[in-house]
This record gives sequence, structure tokens and C-alpha cells, in this order.
Amino acid sequence: MAMTKHKVEAGALSSPRELKKVIDLVLRLGRLAGAQETEVHLDETIDALTRFANNAIHQNVAEEGVTVSVRTVVDRRTARATTNRVDEDSLRRAVAASLELAHSRPQNPKLLPMPGKQRYREVNRFSRETALLGPEQRARAVKRACEVAMRSGQVAAGIFSSGQSQLAMGNSHGLLATHRQTHAEFSVTMQDDPAASWAKANSGNVRRIDPESLARRASEKAKMAKDAQELPPGKYTVILEPAAVLDLVGFLFYDFAATALEDQRSCLNQRMGKQVFGQNIAIMDDVYHPLQLGAPFDGEGMARERVRLVEAGIPKNLVYSRSSAKKAGKKNTGHGFALPNEYGEAPMNLVFGGGDSSVERMIAGTDRGLLVTRVWYIREVDPYEKIMTGMTRDGLFLVENGKVQKAVRNFRFNQSLIELLQNVQEMGPAVRTTAEEAFEMVVPAMKATGFHFTEPTKF
Amino acid sequence: MWDLTAAALETAKLRGAKYTDARIMHLRQRDLTTKNGEVGTLAESESVGIGVRALASGAWGFASTDQLTGQGVARCAAKAVAIAKASALAKRGEVKMVDEAAFIDSWQAPLEKDPFEIPLAAQLDLLLKADAAMRAVKGVTLTETDMQFRKIDSWFASSLGSKIHQRKLISGCGIAATSFKESEIQKRSYPNSFGGQYALAGYELIESLDLLRHAPRVADESVALHSALQCPETTGTLLLDGSQLGLQIHESVGHPIELDRVLGQEANFAGTSFLTLDKLNTLKYGSEIVNVVADARLAHGPGLGTFAYDDEGVPAQCTDIIKDGQFRGYLSNRETAKLIGLSRSSGTMRTESWNRLPIIRMTNISLKPGSGTPDELVESTDDGIWMETNRSWSIDDRRYQFQFSTEIGWEIKGGKKVRMLKNPSYSGITTEFWNSCDAICGPKHWTLWGTPNCGKGQPMQTMGTGHGAAPARFRNIKMGTAFAGH
Repeated sequence: MAMTKHKVEAGALSSPRELKKVIDLVLRLGRLAGAQETEVHLDETIDALTRFANNAIHQNVAEEGVTVSVRTVVDRRTARATTNRVDEDSLRRAVAASLELAHSRPQNPKLLPMPGKQRYREVNRFSRETALLGPEQRARAVKRACEVAMRSGQVAAGIFSSGQSQLAMGNSHGLLATHRQTHAEFSVTMQDDPAASWAKANSGNVRRIDPESLARRASEKAKMAKDAQELPPGKYTVILEPAAVLDLVGFLFYDFAATALEDQRSCLNQRMGKQVFGQNIAIMDDVYHPLQLGAPFDGEGMARERVRLVEAGIPKNLVYSRSSAKKAGKKNTGHGFALPNEYGEAPMNLVFGGGDSSVERMIAGTDRGLLVTRVWYIREVDPYEKIMTGMTRDGLFLVENGKVQKAVRNFRFNQSLIELLQNVQEMGPAVRTTAEEAFEMVVPAMKATGFHFTEPTKF
Repeated sequence: MWDLTAAALETAKLRGAKYTDARIMHLRQRDLTTKNGEVGTLAESESVGIGVRALASGAWGFASTDQLTGQGVARCAAKAVAIAKASALAKRGEVKMVDEAAFIDSWQAPLEKDPFEIPLAAQLDLLLKADAAMRAVKGVTLTETDMQFRKIDSWFASSLGSKIHQRKLISGCGIAATSFKESEIQKRSYPNSFGGQYALAGYELIESLDLLRHAPRVADESVALHSALQCPETTGTLLLDGSQLGLQIHESVGHPIELDRVLGQEANFAGTSFLTLDKLNTLKYGSEIVNVVADARLAHGPGLGTFAYDDEGVPAQCTDIIKDGQFRGYLSNRETAKLIGLSRSSGTMRTESWNRLPIIRMTNISLKPGSGTPDELVESTDDGIWMETNRSWSIDDRRYQFQFSTEIGWEIKGGKKVRMLKNPSYSGITTEFWNSCDAICGPKHWTLWGTPNCGKGQPMQTMGTGHGAAPARFRNIKMGTAFAGH
């Protein structure tokens, strides 16, 4: 079919016309097979990632692929089948598999009919330069980062990735939604044995990423991280750089799902409308924020809306799918996952309110505290009090009398996120942040009191 | 399939590759879940494509495509070589590998009942009945069940002359009851948390787990935990059930022995390892009763780390990792084996899918059994805490300091389990922990646990690993710290 031929020739994303052709074919196959309703998701990805360690590239990969996911409905029964083959016979088999699964399940009287045509706000998240970035360009940037390391007697490791993707969906009620975007990411760890530090950036446009600058920053911090001293466990004032903030508060996102409250597994259960966090905490979900990426529609093709989740420390609103909104008698916010699923919905584009401070000003105003570069291996210890455990990593520093004094051995923490967000004293501006545990968000650096470190490690 | 892999090898050779391997994979998956008596996820998927790894100009390149035509595969192979040549722009030496023989073979993991041939309605019916049995218990506020099946075919060919077809079938399922009361959420799971038990087996695994018998107990315990005492903050004797010990092995033995981590190749993401090369054959990793192997052979059991050949064409092996407490071996591939002077790879290169590069992964990393029963273990303990079923896990990026919490604990006094404890946790330093082990139960109580969700690599790959373990006892362990001060 045309789509396959195009990919072979160009190695680029399929055209809108080609996407529509596949969607129309699946919808026709659904009708012919007896489906009362049919929905199709088409995901196409072209990605590449250059990985380096020990000051050299050691892995270098590229992938391209398409998946077509079909949901059919028959007698209020629904199920999904997915394939990465786009020839007509394979798509027919996917439709048949979806119907067979649907026929095997009990009826769901609460299943809503698929939505009709929707309107979407346009977002432009495609950068031609990023889409065209090749392995030689990535290799040259990596080489420069490794040279930064070697000039300082350090060892660099990291990644430089880039890619393009598109999502198209349609259903038998006339809904059609498409979105394409690019992405680029550079991450570098500088090892200055036994110390290490790290820097990372992620953007829809590779021009906004400066690998050499990130390498220099990580290199300087790795030098500072040497000769780490062990401190006693206890409660410390902390200055959390944005990456550390992200990987902590990133664990809050599903708590704002209406279904999580319905299931009584959200930490906001019985806490909505109350002063749960400090008055300086504001959280939005906003896919349209200029620092965000992502499609302006959800898994059912409904337009995503901006939602003010927390205002002045008070959880005010939740996000909804069509189903959870109907159950709660609320307006759908366009945050549903592709059906059928048991989780409902989630905010995927969190934006925290920031402040007018900076990491430098936070340090200057701190008598005694710890500066945290990033955190690692975060897991939930208590789901209701939202106690998280994890380790600091790649640069923990003692701040005394307004200055960074020395490196500190990494600590394990057991910290309630609710308490953390009650104890925030200062914030920097919210910036697009990337780390390793949570998906990208827009968060600020934070200074908070009473952060609970429980045990040191050996380095 | 072999025509396509041959086309990939030929194209790569013509473009200048000194070594190439090509792997076509066909993955089929079924996912079923229920929640509060209703069907949640109900989905099947299939994915097929080819990944080509080429060594050219002394460096690696990898490309993958779903275009399984002669033209698509040739383009993919050419791209892999072009990427390898780009990698050479930032290389510090030529990639070298230890020798390996060529194998032509076809292997299928044994199974009794193909779950894709079992009526779906019967599978859903079992989950819905287990869900109902849990919901029947007053105080339970959320019930969840899940079942997953994966059928994986791979056709591996290399420029050494290997042509290996393998078929594996993985099954897994689990149930969980959650109880929310006042300001506390308590949860119990069976047979393990985070999805249950997984194995290289067919539907016979599901039937052997007897979900309906365990559902009421799981539900009762989730409610009873609200009335249980808080696990105290103390240092003392810890007894672990096999499932939690399996995860302890995974985190504090399995990951640190990965040679790519040791050599800094994972420093940016997964981290490095405290097991630097000087520790091999010199470190006292554990007490004398601690014996750990990495065993991918079928003879070890139907684990998630069981296969006939790894994804580099190296036959499955059993490697001593810890023998009588001494650190004896790493997980390696052909390249890292060469780097540290080994004569052969230990056969641990594995990949999640056709579009991912094989990397060093755990196979079945298992603690060999000792003797005795769990009852005898408790009876011989004067004062301690028994912990079971993982709730959270975390360890630092060099795999020294860890903290685990479990769903339930039991206080042991005078050789008896005297009362339930809630929110149990323990923490420590890896080598101190394993050196404190003074008892491991016997073979009858040893289970090959499946961990289906191990993440590693960039781009991230999720892999299943196996961990054989029997309940065991550890002395002078710090417990209860996770909740102290809250």
C-alpha cells in the first residue's frame, strides 16, 4: 500500500493523506466484519539514539515503525487489538481479533458510544531540523562532550537522541485527529572517580539543546563532588534543583485522576478542597504550555483542556475521561486513556507555578542545608501519606553560611510529598525539566525545610 | 525468514561490516485485567520486524525496521553499517569480541497448555471469580486481577554462520485486594505483587496458582492490616519469604554483577557497580551458606531468564556468581568478556524486541536452597520479624545501600508468629546483608520467581528475569526505618 512504499523510499513520516487512507480502510473493515463501532489509532515513530560511555560511542541505534490499534464495539462489549503490519490482510485480522475478544467478554452497560467529530486547538511541535538530525551530527556533538571530559581527566557517559513521531486516530462516528512532533534529548554523566555529576536537557527542537554546555556544567559539578564527607541522617533544609523536584513531584500525577479517587487509591481522597499543600503551591495540567510536548487530544480523541489542579495549596480540580466525568456528573477534561482500561485518565502535562528566586539566591540565603542535583530510584512507601523513598545521586553538597562548602555522601530519604509541598520556602522560575523517573514537566527549583534523610550510602 | 536475515547479512557485508547479526522477532501478547468486578484491559497485540547489528570501522551500529521485504531489510542493514561508521567518529579503540562457535538449531520452550488456545471467556471467568471472592470481604475497597501471555518467536542469524530459531511462551497472573480506611491504604497481593507470578510456561501455571483459594485470604489480610501494630524501628533478625528474597537477589546481586555496569557502560542511566574488577574472587559477598548462580538452562527451571541461546547466539550456561560466600563471576557478553580477559561470554545478551539492541541482562539469578522448612525457620528464631510480598524497592546507583518494604509482617517471639505487623521495611548495605544470612530453607520450598518488569538501557527495555529463592533468615538487620518519624 502507499504508506509502506513511501516509508521505504523516504524514511520519513507518512503524509496525512496516507494516514487517512489506513484509517478509512480499518473503519471499512470494521463495518464489513460486523462491528457496531470502530476506532483506530495509528502511531508512527522514527527514532535514533547515540549512546556513549568511557569517552566513546558504544551503542548507536535507529528504529522506525508503525502500529495500528483497533477497538471495536459490539453489543456494549469492547476490546482492542494492535498490529504493526499495515497490509489489508493484517488489518482485517486485527479487526477480527478485536471483535473476537469483545464477543468473549460480558456486556458493559456503562460503555459510552464513541464520540463524533471534535475540534482541536492547533499546536506546532515539529522541527524539521530535529527530524533530519543524523548519526554524524550526533556523533560530532558526543565527541565534543567527551573532549570536555578528557580535558579534565574525567570520563563521560550519556545519550544524544532525536526523532519524530505522529499519532492519528479516527472512528466510525467521523472523529479524526492527528498530531506530529519531534524530540531531542542530551544527557551526560561526568565521572571524576569516585565522584560523578550529571546534566540533561530535552526539547521538541534540537536547537534548544547545547550538548557542550551541558557537558561543561556536569564536568564542573563532578569536580565539586569529590572528597564527599558523610553527614549524620536527619531532617535538613534542601535546595532541590529542577530535576530533583521533577522526579519527586512526578509521582503525584495519577493522584489527580478522578478514577483514582473513585477507587480510593489517591492521596487526595478526602483531601479535595482542603489546605493540603503550602499556599505557594499551584499546579496545572496544560498541554498547550509552550514548554510542553504532546497531542492536544486524549485516547478517545477528546480535546485536552487546561485544568487548574491546585490553587494556593488547595487541590481544586481533577482530570476526567468521558466515562469518569459522566459517573461524577462533571465536565470531561479530555484526559482519558485509550479504551478499554482500568485506570481511566491522568494529567500528562503538569506545569507547576514557579517563583522569582534562583538556585544561587537559595544557596545565598541558607545557613545550613543540602543542595540536591538529582534523585534516583524513587518508590512509593506509603500511598496515602505519599511517603517516597529514594537516593540522592550525582552531586549532593553541604551549604553553610550562604555558600556551597563541600560534597556530601549520598543519602537515602523517606519523605512525604505532601509534607515537602507544605514546606517550600522559595522557588525559581518553572522550566521544562527532564530526569529519569518521571515524564517531562515544567517545574521550578525549590528550597524546602525538614527533608527527611534516613541513611547514608558508601559514596 | 532466513532469506531476509541472509539479505541483511549480505548487504551489511557489502557495505563494509566485519561482523553482523540479524534477528527477526514476532511477538504476540494478550492482556486481561479486572477491577472491582468489571473487565478492565482486554487486548491483544502482535509485532514483527528485524533488528540488524553491524560492526564496521571498529564500532557498532544498530538499525531496525518493520518493513520485512528484501528492499526494506537491505535498507535497514545499510543503515546499521552507516550508523556504525558514524560511531567510529567518537571511538577510542576497535571493538573486539571473544570467539564463539556457529550454531544451527531450533528450540521451543516446553509447555503443556497454550493459553492462546484456551477460550478467552474461561480466562476472564477465572479472574472475575477471584475478583468477586475478594470483594465479598467487608472492608475491601478495591480489587484487581491480571493475566498476561506472550508468545515470542525469534530467528537469529550471524555472519559467523549461526541460524537459530527459538519459541518461548510466557504466562503470568496475579490478584490484589486494597483496603482504604481513615488515613491508610493497605494492600495484599497473591502470588506476588506488581502483577503476580510469571514463568516460561503455558496455562498450566495459571491453574497451579489456585487463585480462588487464595483470594479470600488476601482480602482478609488487607483489611486486618488496619488493626495491626506498626512495624517497630529496630535492629534484629529478619526472615524473608521467597518472593521478597527473589527481588532482593535481583537488586543486590543481579544488577551489580552485570559487566556492562561494572565497566561504566550504563553510568548515565542505570548506574555502575560496587563490584569493581578487583573484587572478583577476592570479595566475601555473603556468608558461607550463600551460593548464587546465573543459570539460563532449562534444567534450572522454566524461568523468565531461561532460553537455549542468548540474543548474541551464545548457548545458555550456568555461571557461579557467589560460591560458598565468595564472589566468583559476572554476567558478560562477547565484547565485555574480551575486555576483562575471559575466554567466553557467559551468554546473557537479551533484547526486549526486534527494535531494541541486545544488552547484558540477568538470566535466572538464583540463590541455591539450604535445608529445612519455613516452620522450622520460625521455630528456631527466638525474636524476629517475618516479612513477605514486596511493596517498595530502592537501591543506590552502585548497588550498595537498599531499602525494601513489604505488604505484611509477622512478629516472631519464642519460635512462633505471634502477631501481624503493618508497614514493615528493612534496609542495609548489600555485602553486610548477605554476610548476615544464617539459614536458607530447603529445595521443597524453593520457587523460581519471575520478575517481568526489569528496566535497563537507553532506549529503555523491559525484560523478564528469574530468581530462585527459598525463605531465609538474616541477623542484625535494620528494620522499620521507612516509616520512622512520619
